Amino acid sequence: MADEGMTPWKDLALGCAMSEPGSSRRFNTGDWRSRRRPITDREKCIKCGLCWIICPDMAYTPDPEAEGYYKWDGYYCKGCGICIEECPKDAISWQEEKEEDKYGPACGS
Amino acid sequence: MGRRVGLEVSLACAEAVKLCNADVIAAYPITPQTHIVEHLAELVAEGHLDAEFVPVESEHSAMSACVGSAAAGARTFTSTSSQGLALMHEILFITSSLRLPIVMAVANRSLSAPISIWNDHSDIMAERDIGWVQTFAENGQEVLDLMIHAFKVGEDPRVNLPVAVNMDGFILTHVIEPMVMPDQAEVDAYLPPYKPSQWLNPAQPISLGMVGVPEVYTEAKKANLVALEDSYPAIVEHWEGFAKAFGRSYQPIESHRTDGADTLFVTMGSLGETCMSAVDQMREDGRSVGQVRIRLWRPFPVDDFLAAIKGAKNLIVLDRALCPGILAGPVATELRALLYAKGVRPFVANFVAGLGGRDVTRTDFVAMLDKAEQAAADGQEITCQMVGVKE
Repeated sequence: MADEGMTPWKDLALGCAMSEPGSSRRFNTGDWRSRRRPITDREKCIKCGLCWIICPDMAYTPDPEAEGYYKWDGYYCKGCGICIEECPKDAISWQEEKEEDKYGPACGS
Repeated sequence: MGRRVGLEVSLACAEAVKLCNADVIAAYPITPQTHIVEHLAELVAEGHLDAEFVPVESEHSAMSACVGSAAAGARTFTSTSSQGLALMHEILFITSSLRLPIVMAVANRSLSAPISIWNDHSDIMAERDIGWVQTFAENGQEVLDLMIHAFKVGEDPRVNLPVAVNMDGFILTHVIEPMVMPDQAEVDAYLPPYKPSQWLNPAQPISLGMVGVPEVYTEAKKANLVALEDSYPAIVEHWEGFAKAFGRSYQPIESHRTDGADTLFVTMGSLGETCMSAVDQMREDGRSVGQVRIRLWRPFPVDDFLAAIKGAKNLIVLDRALCPGILAGPVATELRALLYAKGVRPFVANFVAGLGGRDVTRTDFVAMLDKAEQAAADGQEITCQMVGVKE
C-alpha cells in the first residue's frame, strides 16, 4: 500500500468528522477490478437502462454523446459483473484488460 | 457552600445530573441503576430539570440515542448496569471514537449466568477497552462529586471524550448516606454551559461516523489512543479546580497509611472503605500494612500508581471480576504487566473477592494479609485466589 493520499494522525479532524461534501466521489473502487472489465455491445443494447439502475457503484451513466446509451466508467467499476448477469439482452460481456489499461477510455461505445 | 443532606446515593447521582443541567437523558431501566433514571424522569416530568428524557426500548438504543444527542451538541447523560452495559457494547466504542462527551453512571453489577442482580465489576471490566475516561467512586459523596467532574472533563475541548462514573450496585446505589449537596450557583460556576467543539450544525455541515479505509483506520485509532492518554492533565486539573470550588479533593490514586508499609492493598470502588477500616485495625495491631485505591481507571495513572506503591515489598491486588483462562483478575493482570515493564518487582498476590454481591468483611482482609505475607516468605504464588469460595 503506497502512502500517497494518507493523512498523518495528528491532521485528522476531531472524531474523523468529514466537512467536505461528496468526498466519496474520489473513492477509486475501480482499483478493486482484476484483469477484466464489462463491455457493452451496442448492436444488442435496447437502451433499457438496467445496467445504470443496478450498478452498485454507479459506473454507468447516460452517455451525452449517444442518446439512450450508457457509458461505463473504469474509475468506479469494481468488476462485480452484476450488469453482465442482469442485462436482458446479454449485451454486456467480459473483456480481458491489462493493468496499465485500467483507467483507459470507457469502452463499449 | 452546599447543604448537608441524607440521601439515597442513586438519587444523589440524579440530583448531580440536574445540577449539571443535562439537556438529554436517554436510558432504559435496569437494576440496580433504576432509581437513578426513575428520579431523573421525575425531575424532568415535574419541570425541575429542563431536559428531554428519551425512554428507549433497550440499552443499545439508549447509547445510540445518546450518540445522536451528543453529536447534535447537547449535554447528554445515561446510566446502566450489567447486561445493559453489555448490550451497549458496540456503541460504546463509537462514542469515544467520534469524541462525544457523554456522561454515564454505571451501577456496577455482575453478569449472568447465573442471573445475579448484585454487585461486582464484571460489567465494566468487560468494557475496559472502550476508550472512555473511567472513574470509580467509593461512597455517596464521591458519586455526587465525580458526576459533576465527569461533565467538566468530558466537555473540556482538550478532551472531548465520554466519561463513565462507576459506583457499586446496591452497596452504594441503594444506601442512604450523609453528603454535602452543592448549590446550583456553585455548580454553574464550576461547569459553564456546554460549548461543543463541533456538532451537526446545518450552517457548517459535517458527517460523523464515516467509513475508514485501511489507509486511514490506523491513524484514526492512533488519534483515539492519544486522546485518552492526553485527557490525564485535564482530569487532574479539574479535580484541583473541584477542590477549590467545593473543598473536597480527589487524586487519580489515593493512598491510605502507606508510609513505611511492607504490604499494600490495591482496591477499587466501595471495597476501599472496608479495606481502609481493616487497615486501620491491622495498623493498631502492629501489622505493616497500608492501602492504595485506584480512582482513575482509564487512562490508567501509571506514574501516580508507581509513586504510591514505592518501597512496598508486597502488593495485594483485589479483583471483583474474572479473566477466565489467564488465572489472574483484570486489575492484577494489568498491574503485573505494568510493573514488569517498569522494572518494579514487588510480590503481587491477587485475590478475587465480592463476586455477585458476596460480602467482603474486615476479617477477610486480615486473612488476605496473613496469606500474602506467608506466600511471600515461602516464595509461593497467589493468583486469582477466590476469597470465601466454598470447597
